[in-house]
Amino acid sequence: MMSVPIEHGFVLVALLWAIGLVGLLSRKNTLFMLMSMEIMLNAGALAFILAGSLWQQADGQVIYILILSIAAAEVGLGLALLIRLRQHIGDLNIDKLDEMKG
Amino acid sequence: MSGQILFYVSASIAVLASLFVVTNKNAVHALLYLVVSLLALAMCFYLLGAPFAAALQIIVYAGAIMVLFVFAVMIFNISQTDIDREKQWLTWQSWVGPSLLVMVLLGEIVFVIVSQQNWATNSTSVAQIELVDARAVGSLLFGPYLLAVEIASFLLLAGLVGGYHLAKELPKKSTKQGGSQ
Amino acid sequence: MHDLLFLVPLFPLVSSIVLLLLAGRLSPMLVALLGVGSMGLAAILTLLIGIEFMDMGGESFQQVLFNWLPIAGASLNFGLHLDQLSLVMMGVITGVGWMIHWYAAAYMFGDKDVQRFFVYMNLFVFAMLMLVLGDSLVLLYLGWEGVGLCSFLLIGFWQHKADNVVAAKKAFIVTRVGDTAMMIGLLILFSEFGSLHINTIVESTVQVSQSNLWLACILLVGGAVGKSAQLPLQTWLPDAMAGPTPVSALIHAATMVTAGVYLIARMHPLFLQVEGILNIVAWIGALTLVLAGIAALAQSDIKRILAYSTMSQIGYMFLGLGALAFDAAIFHLMTHAFFKALLFLTAGSIILKMHHQQDIFKMGGLFRSLPLTSTFLLIGLLALVAFPGSSGFFSKEAILAATYEAHTAGPTLWWIGVLGAFLTSLYSFRLLFIVCFGPANHDLKEADYKPSSQFVVPLLPLVTLAVIGGFISLDFSLVFGPAHHPHLPLWIEWMPVAVALVGFILAWVLYFPRRSMQPSDGVISRFCRDGLGFDWLYERLFSKPLQLFARINKSDVIDHFYHFVGWFNFSLNEILVISQNGKLRWYLFGTLAGCALMLGGLLWWR
Repeated sequence: MMSVPIEHGFVLVALLWAIGLVGLLSRKNTLFMLMSMEIMLNAGALAFILAGSLWQQADGQVIYILILSIAAAEVGLGLALLIRLRQHIGDLNIDKLDEMKG
Repeated sequence: MSGQILFYVSASIAVLASLFVVTNKNAVHALLYLVVSLLALAMCFYLLGAPFAAALQIIVYAGAIMVLFVFAVMIFNISQTDIDREKQWLTWQSWVGPSLLVMVLLGEIVFVIVSQQNWATNSTSVAQIELVDARAVGSLLFGPYLLAVEIASFLLLAGLVGGYHLAKELPKKSTKQGGSQ
Repeated sequence: MHDLLFLVPLFPLVSSIVLLLLAGRLSPMLVALLGVGSMGLAAILTLLIGIEFMDMGGESFQQVLFNWLPIAGASLNFGLHLDQLSLVMMGVITGVGWMIHWYAAAYMFGDKDVQRFFVYMNLFVFAMLMLVLGDSLVLLYLGWEGVGLCSFLLIGFWQHKADNVVAAKKAFIVTRVGDTAMMIGLLILFSEFGSLHINTIVESTVQVSQSNLWLACILLVGGAVGKSAQLPLQTWLPDAMAGPTPVSALIHAATMVTAGVYLIARMHPLFLQVEGILNIVAWIGALTLVLAGIAALAQSDIKRILAYSTMSQIGYMFLGLGALAFDAAIFHLMTHAFFKALLFLTAGSIILKMHHQQDIFKMGGLFRSLPLTSTFLLIGLLALVAFPGSSGFFSKEAILAATYEAHTAGPTLWWIGVLGAFLTSLYSFRLLFIVCFGPANHDLKEADYKPSSQFVVPLLPLVTLAVIGGFISLDFSLVFGPAHHPHLPLWIEWMPVAVALVGFILAWVLYFPRRSMQPSDGVISRFCRDGLGFDWLYERLFSKPLQLFARINKSDVIDHFYHFVGWFNFSLNEILVISQNGKLRWYLFGTLAGCALMLGGLLWWR
């Protein structure tokens, strides 16, 4: 169908991953942190798809499906926790959760 | 040829959209940008010869997971005060450290990728990418990866039960719980 | 009879142990009987053994009791060695000791601790006998330490007075310095000769390095100096007078302080190989006898005068040893025991009569009040100043004559000895005049004190011996070699007598109390009274720095290291805990930074 140098694909993966990481580290709002983690997960999924395309095998997509399930479960639980968090401390500032300090 | 250009375009859309997600102050806007990013990635999947993955990305990821996000955001009921607070939290100082660190990491990873001498059977250009269609994926899923599928279903069940339990309304027995607005 | 030699030290030891175990259950009469009786038995036995020894020609006799330390190659036996030297010492210890114990029974009568007193006294006699009878240096050291211990116990006998305990500690610590030197010397001897058996060392033909022998001998001299209260370890003797007077008589006049003299005499073959040391010994003796004489002139406590006098006379013995006149030195030891014990016991009677008052300026006119006691005092003092015919005369003459001719001594030391004789005469007659003549400075009534026979009878043999003891001829030829009679011009032989006479006249002029005497209080006399500043010097030199160190180290420098370890860990914790601030993003950042670093490192090395 097309021919893209495979390094470019992986560079894209790295780029997306990095962006997700920046968001994870800089944002205080837990919701945004979750979103950044989604971006990172997607980057990982892309890497697998690239590998599958490289080897012309379906295994990449299978792994992609598993990643999908993981993302789904994680988001479900994460959002539930976020709701709890909001009830507990009023806003979603993750820096307020520092009782394990010292 | 056109496939190449399409791939690069989708890739840049994905990257840009992700950037917007990360730097946004409004949660709903960020979510929408995230959806755009996911759709762009679906495009990339298709162009890489993985139509089934592309379809799943759109249906499940963008269609279900993101919708879940949107529902949650609606429950949070964000108002202008929240947006202002976000603005307050997002000073340029909070970007410096992470950006530097991430650039270092990015540099290292890119260096590793670029310095690879041979990519298996492929050289820098590949003649033809065949489609790996749903049939192939299905036969794998019911074959070697059967156990993985079962475990994935466990995972989803756990997520379901956990999600229900965590978000359940607490019995109103004491006032010690964190006050809700 | 010779085989019963071991009984001589055994009697006092058994008596001591019995008195210790039955503490508090015996009546005072029984205690005295046991304490004095054991000494009496030992003395009589000594006499019998001595007679038999003389009859049999005087060959030395060994008696091995048992094998004490079975070490391969250097096995140590517990054995006794009898020759003229140890016989004379034994006789002095048991004989004079018996008289002193008898006197002490009367002196300490009524004291509630009299049982403890006799335990210590008998133990002391046992230790002293072991010192002189032991056939190896280990047994000698056993006795040495034993007498040191008993001296400490007896000086501080009246424990309730803190000063006594301080004096006892001082005595022990100062002699300890000497004892340590002696121990090192013994170890050097052991390493050189392979054994500490005296005969083995003395008759050994092993070639020993001269420097090691020199070192060992000088250390032995150090030990002797400590025990005999000579320069520079003499500071303890005047303070040791804090003990009861019989203790001063026995330990600090007749026996323990002569242990140093015995040691050098016993090991004289070793010393003859390093004659330079004998010169040093002579000088030590000479300097001490002058120093002590000067100090005695400034004292006002009767016992301290006698203490300095003892120090001075032992200086004479050291002088004799240094002049290679070992037999003369031992002879003087014997006669000194007689008249010094007599003097101390007489002083004890005076002190008792004065209700434990020891200041001579508060006495006076005792010739009228206590005629018998004063006569004894006079006799003792005449023997001390070597009045012609008394025992002291013969012994002191022998020493001074030998000093003039010896090649390790010589005329300089002889002149110092003569000066010493002058000083002896001066302070002795000062004592006599102030105490016995002049107006009575006290308020004693005549009928206050009846001298009981118990106080007088023990003194009679001592008086007799002080007078005629000079005529006892001691034959040390089998120990020290044939006796050497120096031939000297007449004026040298009679010079000491002449200066003694000069001293008498000067004392008459200065000290005969025409009116009430006051102790002089100038700077010089205070300096002399305090032992010519030695106490002050030692305190500045040793005590104060040690106390300073103790104060600095009060918080224990070594502990600081361990505290530092703990403190370091705590501070490290305080620093590191800052990084544990509970914020998730910080942790994430840290993890990723670590990853970046590791990845970077890996990439660098590939």
